[in-house]
Amino acid sequence: MSEAATPSRRRLLLLAPLGIAAAAGAGFYAMLRGLSTGEYNPKGVPSALIGKPVPEFDLPPLEGADRPGLASTDLRSLPRPVLVNFYASWCVPCLIEHPQLMKLAREGVPVMGVAYKDKPADALGFIRKHGNPYQRIGVDAPGRAAIDWGLYGVPETYLIDKQGIIRWRYAGPITEDTVVAELRPLLQRFA
Amino acid sequence: MIPELGHFALALALALSLAQSILGLVGAQRRDARLMAATGPLATGILIATAGAFAALVWCFVVNDTTVSNVVQNSHSAKPLLYKISGSWGSHEGSMILWVLILALCGGAVAGFGGNLPSTLQARVQAVLALIGVGFLAFILATSNPFDRVWPPKPDGEGLNPILQDPGLAFHPPLLYLGYVGFAVTFAFAVAALIEGRVDAAWGRWVRPWALAAWSFLTLGIALGSWWAYYELGWGGYWFWDPVENASLLPWLAGCALLHSAVVVEKREALKTWTVFLALLAFGLSLLGTFLVRSGVLTSVHAFANDPERGVFILILLGIYIGGAFLLFAWRAAAMTPTGVFAPLSREGALVLNNLLLCSLAAVVLIGTLYPMFADLLLKEKISVGPPFFNTATLPLAVPLVLAMAAGPLMPWKRARLWPVLQRLWWAALLGLGAFLLCLAIEGIRIGPALGFAAAAWAIAAAFADVADRIALFSRPQAAWARARGLPRAAWGGALGHAGLGVMILGLAGMGLATDKLALLKPGEHAEIGGYTYTLRGIEDVRGANFTARQAIVEVTRDGAPVVTMTPQKRNFPVARMTTSEAAIHTNWLADLYVVLGEERDGGAVLRIHHNPLAPWIWLGAAIMALGGGISLSDRRVRISAPAAKAAKAAARA
Amino acid sequence: MMKVLTMLLALATPALAAVSDPAEMLRDPAQEERARAIGRELRCMVCQNQSIEDSDAELARDLRRIVREQVSAGRSDAEVLRFLHDRYGDFVLLRPPVKAATLLLWGAPVIALAGGLLLIRSSRRRRATPVPAAELTTAERARLASIEGGRDA
Repeated sequence: MSEAATPSRRRLLLLAPLGIAAAAGAGFYAMLRGLSTGEYNPKGVPSALIGKPVPEFDLPPLEGADRPGLASTDLRSLPRPVLVNFYASWCVPCLIEHPQLMKLAREGVPVMGVAYKDKPADALGFIRKHGNPYQRIGVDAPGRAAIDWGLYGVPETYLIDKQGIIRWRYAGPITEDTVVAELRPLLQRFA
Repeated sequence: MIPELGHFALALALALSLAQSILGLVGAQRRDARLMAATGPLATGILIATAGAFAALVWCFVVNDTTVSNVVQNSHSAKPLLYKISGSWGSHEGSMILWVLILALCGGAVAGFGGNLPSTLQARVQAVLALIGVGFLAFILATSNPFDRVWPPKPDGEGLNPILQDPGLAFHPPLLYLGYVGFAVTFAFAVAALIEGRVDAAWGRWVRPWALAAWSFLTLGIALGSWWAYYELGWGGYWFWDPVENASLLPWLAGCALLHSAVVVEKREALKTWTVFLALLAFGLSLLGTFLVRSGVLTSVHAFANDPERGVFILILLGIYIGGAFLLFAWRAAAMTPTGVFAPLSREGALVLNNLLLCSLAAVVLIGTLYPMFADLLLKEKISVGPPFFNTATLPLAVPLVLAMAAGPLMPWKRARLWPVLQRLWWAALLGLGAFLLCLAIEGIRIGPALGFAAAAWAIAAAFADVADRIALFSRPQAAWARARGLPRAAWGGALGHAGLGVMILGLAGMGLATDKLALLKPGEHAEIGGYTYTLRGIEDVRGANFTARQAIVEVTRDGAPVVTMTPQKRNFPVARMTTSEAAIHTNWLADLYVVLGEERDGGAVLRIHHNPLAPWIWLGAAIMALGGGISLSDRRVRISAPAAKAAKAAARA
Repeated sequence: MMKVLTMLLALATPALAAVSDPAEMLRDPAQEERARAIGRELRCMVCQNQSIEDSDAELARDLRRIVREQVSAGRSDAEVLRFLHDRYGDFVLLRPPVKAATLLLWGAPVIALAGGLLLIRSSRRRRATPVPAAELTTAERARLASIEGGRDA
């Protein structure tokens, strides 16, 4: 009878709960640390379209904005990477991030806008009042084109590379930190 | 003044708990009778101090003391008194006070009702309970003090979330915590047994009532929460496999396994390792739930908003308690020697199967709940694990459980033959099959609900068969009534518990047949569903204590005869700037008629009308289960120790 | 950071008055039932753990409309789910797709049962060889003799 072998195997089994609990505990600790650094974000969802070409769409221009409309053909082959920003006049965070977009536009980064679920008059009023960073503006009143992009809220900003591939999606208002830490390196990388 | 007294009371409780844990452990180790005798009064002291802190907090809420920041954040002078009181445990800080209060109550209960326990066990159990108290009182004092002041005082509070202003939700946390924290007692018993190095039949007998009590309260708490979701959230849902709901289900599953497993330890001195492990696991899962809800790693409608720093503190506490307990388990459990031998087919075997299935269910729910978090952390994959997964994954484990649950109580100990057991269940099987075929025959009933009805019929009939078998109802009917009167309460309790589960499954199957209708009605128009006609008579404005509402008046008739007038509302709470929907529910116990008011347009209103067959039986079944637990608890045999222990005590004193 | 997140979350309308719109529903009750079953498999991205059928958020309403459009256009359940999966990724599916990353998840019932059975088997084998009772020491033997021969318990 292998009495010598079985006690140690039993010992191993008895240690299993401790081992599992310890591993789970380490995981939870990593999550807590990640929560404060921002690395672990249970509420954020990555885009399913990263690395894929821009979805087909064709949006009419915003009346009175003095800018052409936006279609997927405009994002096919570009001289430099562009940003596509979904916004709405009723969206408070969009207002908060707006200065960042203005700044990027002044630096020469092409920014395209999509007015999501907004009355054209309101969307126009927004850029009249706060400034217009957009080279093109498409109006997506029913919000259907946005769903093809996998949008789930506004504001959302996408980075499209020169071949028309989506490389980055940021859900939420862009802050200066985002620009410095994430956007600029990507603009350089895909320049 | 009162808040400061409350704060002081907390600190006093902490000091007393620290003393208790040291004195109890040292006293038991040295078998010093004086030290061990001190644990009783100390437990009383801890209870008084904690109750004092709780009373102080409730007082602050009742008088709406806006110098206390917790009151400012969670209350308002316009709130009805009941909700002012229940608001005291509606926040993270307040609910932690409730938590430690119940822990102190448990300590007092063990001191009060545990007179039959050997003094070393009593002392160690008190010490472990106090040790848990030390950790959580320290947590409260360091990070979550409800008595923090704010100066200058705000003119009034910021109001409580209107969803929480509800009688169901007022009582949900206390019942739930009596369950969660109740398992701390069984945890303490297990730790004490591991320190002592002995688990025997007597231990099994002492642990069972505490497991029963905690489990019964947890059953009620979960059922209340589910019922509340059903009538409050407005679309007839009652269980969403939300992570926080799962966090309450996990200790329930482990606790269910525990109270069954303890029977085997008591009767046959077997399954010792597993039972001790389950006792540690049940409370461990309670603590895990506490961590998940308060740390911020979860997104859930139930989660308290929190910062990760508190999460780290709780995680450390978990490490000490769960890690320490499992370490002790690994070290000492090897010493436990089983003495009972049994065949695989026997009541012990059935209880082993019960353990296996319940633990597997718990494992599946645990993995499903934690998977999105860990997949995000380790694999950077964002996935959702929702009701479709849980329903699919738990069904193959739940079905054998219900099937075996019927046969288990009829099996003899040590060795059984399957065929005689099945013979005693023949009419339960017939009823189950009959229910299944009947449901399929009635048009429109899908196979899922039909199986549910069959399982419910089987379970309820089997519970009757269990009792009938014990009183020999069919074989010797003359003396059956006398035997029934003499049948120990624990037997009734067990049968009732199993029947309660059957009733609950009946309700779940009925809900599987629920139908609903969405209609835009102008006053005078009607909609029909489930054989009832709902006519909108009008919409009016009503006022409540702290809200204004639009109320629809819906007349319900059946075959022309009036049944009831239902008044669903849409409430607007100006202080909290929220609107809620109050569904109107009318039950005739065979079905719930459920009407929700939507938006008003074009001179009419959108109404969603549900017909929910057998819905109340879901919670009725849970109540019956808890009642079964309570009846078992009232059985004096379950609470009084084996006579051998008493004689040994007498001899020791001689 | 927290402020930003709370603001983004403010976009999510509280899903309390989830009644939805009769005009949304499909004419054919069988198709409507199918659309609802599909909807219950899809997560509302802006709510907390709800399906698009249980939520009244705008996005949920849009997605419900899309599901119904596709169902009445004759698409199969799998096609509709794939349509949304292509746009929103794994996160939108409440039933996680079976792939390498989710093997442990979907295998959980089997793994738990199998693990439990192995434990039971090994403990039965262990019990088959009972531990022999420890021998009494001389002192204990003497004490036993005195108890048996002398005073009664």
